[in-house]
Amino acid sequence: MASILAVDDSASMRQMVSFALKNAGHDVVEAVDGVDGLKAAQANKVSLVITDVNMPNMDGIALIRELRNLPDYKFTPILMLTTESAPHKKQEGKDAGATGWIVKPFDPDQLLATINKVLG
Amino acid sequence: MAIDITQFHETFFEESFEGLDIMESGLLNLDIGAADNDTVNSIFRAAHSIKGGSATFGFTEVAEFTHGMETLLDEMRDGSRDVTQTSVDTLLQSVDCLREMLGASRDKTPIDAERAAVLKGELEAILASGTSGSEPESTQQASSEPVSEVSASHEGWMIKFTPHHDMLKTGNDPVRMFRELGELGELSVVVDISQLPILNDLDPEESYLSWELTLIANVEIEKVKEIFEWVEDECDFNISEIKGDAPEESAEENVAASAAEKKPASSAPVKPVAAKPAAGAKSTANTDSASIRVSIDKVDALINMVGELVITQSMIGQLDCDFDDFDNSRMEKLRDGLTLLERNTRELQESVMRIRMLPISFAFNRFPRMVHDLCQKLDKKIELKTTGEQTELDKTVMEKIGDPLVHLVRNSIDHGIEMPEERRAANKPETGTIELNAFHKGGNIIIEIKDDGAGFNKDRIKAKAIERELIGKDEHLSDDKIYDLIFQPGFSTAEQLSDISGRGVGMDVVKRNIRELGGSIDVTSEEGNGTTFTIRLPLTLAILDGQLVCVGDEIYITPLVSIVESLQIKKEFVNNIAGQTELYKVREDYIPIVRMHDMFGIDVERKNLEGGLLVVVEGDGKKAGLLVDELLGQQQVVIKSLETNYKRVDGVSGATILGDGTVALILDVDGLIDLSRNPPTPGNKPDNLAREVA
Repeated sequence: MASILAVDDSASMRQMVSFALKNAGHDVVEAVDGVDGLKAAQANKVSLVITDVNMPNMDGIALIRELRNLPDYKFTPILMLTTESAPHKKQEGKDAGATGWIVKPFDPDQLLATINKVLG
Repeated sequence: MAIDITQFHETFFEESFEGLDIMESGLLNLDIGAADNDTVNSIFRAAHSIKGGSATFGFTEVAEFTHGMETLLDEMRDGSRDVTQTSVDTLLQSVDCLREMLGASRDKTPIDAERAAVLKGELEAILASGTSGSEPESTQQASSEPVSEVSASHEGWMIKFTPHHDMLKTGNDPVRMFRELGELGELSVVVDISQLPILNDLDPEESYLSWELTLIANVEIEKVKEIFEWVEDECDFNISEIKGDAPEESAEENVAASAAEKKPASSAPVKPVAAKPAAGAKSTANTDSASIRVSIDKVDALINMVGELVITQSMIGQLDCDFDDFDNSRMEKLRDGLTLLERNTRELQESVMRIRMLPISFAFNRFPRMVHDLCQKLDKKIELKTTGEQTELDKTVMEKIGDPLVHLVRNSIDHGIEMPEERRAANKPETGTIELNAFHKGGNIIIEIKDDGAGFNKDRIKAKAIERELIGKDEHLSDDKIYDLIFQPGFSTAEQLSDISGRGVGMDVVKRNIRELGGSIDVTSEEGNGTTFTIRLPLTLAILDGQLVCVGDEIYITPLVSIVESLQIKKEFVNNIAGQTELYKVREDYIPIVRMHDMFGIDVERKNLEGGLLVVVEGDGKKAGLLVDELLGQQQVVIKSLETNYKRVDGVSGATILGDGTVALILDVDGLIDLSRNPPTPGNKPDNLAREVA
């Protein structure tokens, strides 16, 4: 199946996302913040990036911006994990080049449904 | 195959408690009025993560409670709200409350809903007041949005979809959306290629096409709009309803316009957190067996060592074990192999030990808050300085040293540091300083608690000790001895007892707890200039560097750290006091001689001192000489608890198993020194044990 990069500073969220994706047969690369995520994206060409927004060192918005500057990630779907209480974050993310978003809280099934849409 | 998300709970709790620590220390470091943006940001992030996680993992009350904190912090972060003392205090209390809520959720016990509701009210009051005046945001899901009616004559939707040139650059593929639409009903697609340039002018990264989509399906308009939700700003898009045969323009709706309406719906009143009965009658879950977080380096080091070990093993294995033909060259190889094996084993052991080690900041973290709270309560001004937070300590030692440290720091705040006016009068800066320092020294970890307060008043301690009949009226005591008095049970010098450091119970308990960890505590003080407590702790509780000594047929292990020197007894340096206590003169010191065979009831051939071996040990600031028959080798021994397997015995701290399989007792040097001064009680005399074990 697909190789997916999951970026989140929260270990429990990362675990859950990664577990759900692996369970569905995907390869998962994990990263703990934007800086780590950017490195991981450069080291592995993944076909989907799922990133949290609020993270230390480099936040999700900056990561998306950086990724879009890489030739390999010009058109790669990038989904951000946002909370419904931060609508302006969605806009910022879109402006940075995000494909779409998944609203927290979500359960593994919702996550899989959304990424299946994007992966086709 | 639904995924059981409870498996992530432990991680969630662990990181949430870490997040709370970050929030707490961050809040304590905030300068009122001129808050550092990075700090506010990190506090916000922690709250945000806890909220996100608790909502995801089903801890709704926690999520609701954290929401208020997050909103307040968000406003502080974007500068729309000033950082005030009130808001910091409320946030600190909220951190405490949240910690309890999380603890209760973890242990599956009821949450203190009342406290949460009160704090939540306070947070909301802060939010409602002052600069920003923003309403608490809706926590409602999009599902509460008005759902448009599907009219009776409805047949489907006609969608005109024109992506902007750069839509592809957000990774959105029109094909995905069409596929999704196709899942809703019968879809026909007509593409408009009129904008497509000639090949030379075509930029493959841009989008030039537009589509007319006819969806024959009985679905609500929201369903259709949802599919285009991610691209609503990157396309021109309008939907019209198809009724009967002909598409009708009346129901046309512009998505751009509707997007503006989609602002948060007016907020529903926030319900007070309701207490949920505990799920099941399960008693508090035991968290002692909780996990430990280990950095990857440590695990890698371990794997590395195992690799080395395997190599060594195969190296030894390659020596053909045909002993008839075992020549010198192979002997040498075998010896090399064994040397390597020994090194591997030691390094492996160290690596494994390091897994249990945590930075002492785990124990230090609680103090900034404590100092902050107590200062407010007592109207004192104190600055807390810590160094060596990265010094690592065994997890068990860490857990057990927490309470003694709290007691000592409280004491320094309460009794050590003076009130600001007293300090001014004494020509000292108004703000007192308490230092917590941790560092390695020899095989020990040293923790210092140092204050620049009033110091001990020796006369007062002495007077108190005489009053309590701890010492005789005319007894002359050295400074050290006087300070030692404060560790006596039931001793307190504070003229007014306070609820901060209690009634002076404790110092003896502090000392006992530290002794139980194999450590010691010393105090030095200078009147007017402050007091320093020095705690000495072993690096680990599980392994000890020991000197094997022989008494009769028995082997005992003396901790290497407590041995000062070993010497052969010369008759002329032995002195007798009152016919029973034997003292030995080591340079300028007179130290008591402990006859090990007497202490442990062992028959030995040599009983006279002349020519015997004396191992000089030091513990608790006192020295003693242990009379033994022979010094054997030094080795690391694994400590087995005597208490859990047998019972506590004075003078013995544990047991171990030697290379040949025999059991040897590990000496408790402090205990032995005490025993040599105060004869043992009959029931607990070590020689009973020596017989039973033998």
